[in-house]
Amino acid sequence: MKIFLKRIFKNGWLNFQRSQGLSIITVFVMFLTVSMVSSIFLFKGIGDFLLVSLESKIDISVYFKEGTSEQEVLNTKDLLLEIDGVKKVNYISQEEAVDNFKERYQDDEVILQALEEVGGNPFLTSLEVTAEDTLKYDSVTTFLEQNRFEGLIENVDYYQRKPVIDKFYSIKGTFERSGLLASLILSLVAFSITFVTVRLAIYSASEEIGIMRLVGASNWFIRGQFIVQGMICGGLAVLITLVIFPIFSYIFSSKLLSLTGGFNLFNFYLKNFFNLLGIQFLIGIGLGSTSSVIAVRKYLEK
Amino acid sequence: MIKFQGVNKIYPANNLNPKPTQALKDISFEIKENEFILIAGRSGAGKTTIIKMLIGEEMPSSGRVFFSFTDEQKTVRNIEVNKLKKHDLPELRKQIGVVFQDYKLLPRKTVFENVAYALEVIGASDKQIKDEVPKALKIVGLSKRSDHFPSELSGGEKQRVAIARALIHRPKLIIADEPTGNLDPYHTWDIVKLLLKINELGETVILATHDQDIVNNLEKRVISLEEGQLLKDVKKGKYII
Repeated sequence: MKIFLKRIFKNGWLNFQRSQGLSIITVFVMFLTVSMVSSIFLFKGIGDFLLVSLESKIDISVYFKEGTSEQEVLNTKDLLLEIDGVKKVNYISQEEAVDNFKERYQDDEVILQALEEVGGNPFLTSLEVTAEDTLKYDSVTTFLEQNRFEGLIENVDYYQRKPVIDKFYSIKGTFERSGLLASLILSLVAFSITFVTVRLAIYSASEEIGIMRLVGASNWFIRGQFIVQGMICGGLAVLITLVIFPIFSYIFSSKLLSLTGGFNLFNFYLKNFFNLLGIQFLIGIGLGSTSSVIAVRKYLEK
Repeated sequence: MIKFQGVNKIYPANNLNPKPTQALKDISFEIKENEFILIAGRSGAGKTTIIKMLIGEEMPSSGRVFFSFTDEQKTVRNIEVNKLKKHDLPELRKQIGVVFQDYKLLPRKTVFENVAYALEVIGASDKQIKDEVPKALKIVGLSKRSDHFPSELSGGEKQRVAIARALIHRPKLIIADEPTGNLDPYHTWDIVKLLLKINELGETVILATHDQDIVNNLEKRVISLEEGQLLKDVKKGKYII
């Protein structure tokens, strides 16, 4: 058995080495496939980051009546934090509210002047509530509609924001589903192209396969060397990807950082290096060997 | 060693041939060990069909084909070739060395590797391959060409590589199917002499040919075929077709 395995590997390597042109093309096509899958992985990372960023900006505000004490507001905050699904509650005092307003409209003289003319501080103390998902906002609003809060709460802006919140989650769901579908379709196309390429490579060796059978080689002895050849092509494709991807992710990292508002592509690549490497080897070597098995079968059954 | 018993082969009708084609009609003969047999006939007489049946590449439409030999354990094995399954064919083919008209060499392997391949498939050790292959190449006169690829050889040299590959694993039977068909007269007799030498060393040899000169000069047993039928089976035969 050991000697047969050794010969299978030797013959597979020699076949790869001596079919230079065909081997280069096969490695190139497999490199494109592995790169496509790796790109999908990285794009998913970017997409997830953007979605999380946007999601973290979704919240509802609870405005308290003029004269509500800070202690009452903080008590309400503590009660809200106990609700299942509430992620964060931020307390914004009246002073903080006016400062935030001035900062947001610091370039707009007209609005700042209007604030001056209104006089005093027109803003109310508020709590910004962030939940884990849209359904939890319903629970928060229902909680705040209890009688005990009637004298404290001026307004909860959930119903004004609900259409926007619902829209966001709908878009998020669509984005995730279509992302998955696009990934599957692209992967399928890439796999098909790779399979056809490997099949063409083995077609060119179909006469050789016939000769091997006439000399007395068993099916597995013949099949094995083509599997090895496919694995070598896949392995090389992965190695090339391993060299190119870190360089590209480093180059594009700074640009993406400013575009996405904080996503560091190179760090993401490094953090997920071993996961990505595992996927690449699975795709490269798995695809190479599986394609070879399927392509050779036709000539062994003759 | 070999027995053909009432063998018929009919190829079914297809788009190009509306009528079925009978390639062999009621063929029966026996070949003993150490014989040198010539199967003679025109192109299309059925010579190659007989050879294909011996190596299991074709199955008879009716009749039986037997191949018997004594294995390494001195046990007599009697194989009915027409009953073998596909996965059993490699074992049969390891007992037979075949030389084809179109050489059938592996183009991506050197002369040495082509000959060694016949030993690799039977699981011979690296040492055995290293010892035996140069000897076989020496017998066929190709020691100096062992690192060359088939594309770098002449027709005669290619055929000699094929013969070396056919006999390297000491098969019980050597079959040469029109081995000189693509060669000039000079190389033709080189090959024929080589086959005679192999027979003298104790191998059973079947040589299928349509070359009258070879048949008439060798004075060996001749099985003559015409349109799939066995015309004559003569001990010191001549080309009669």
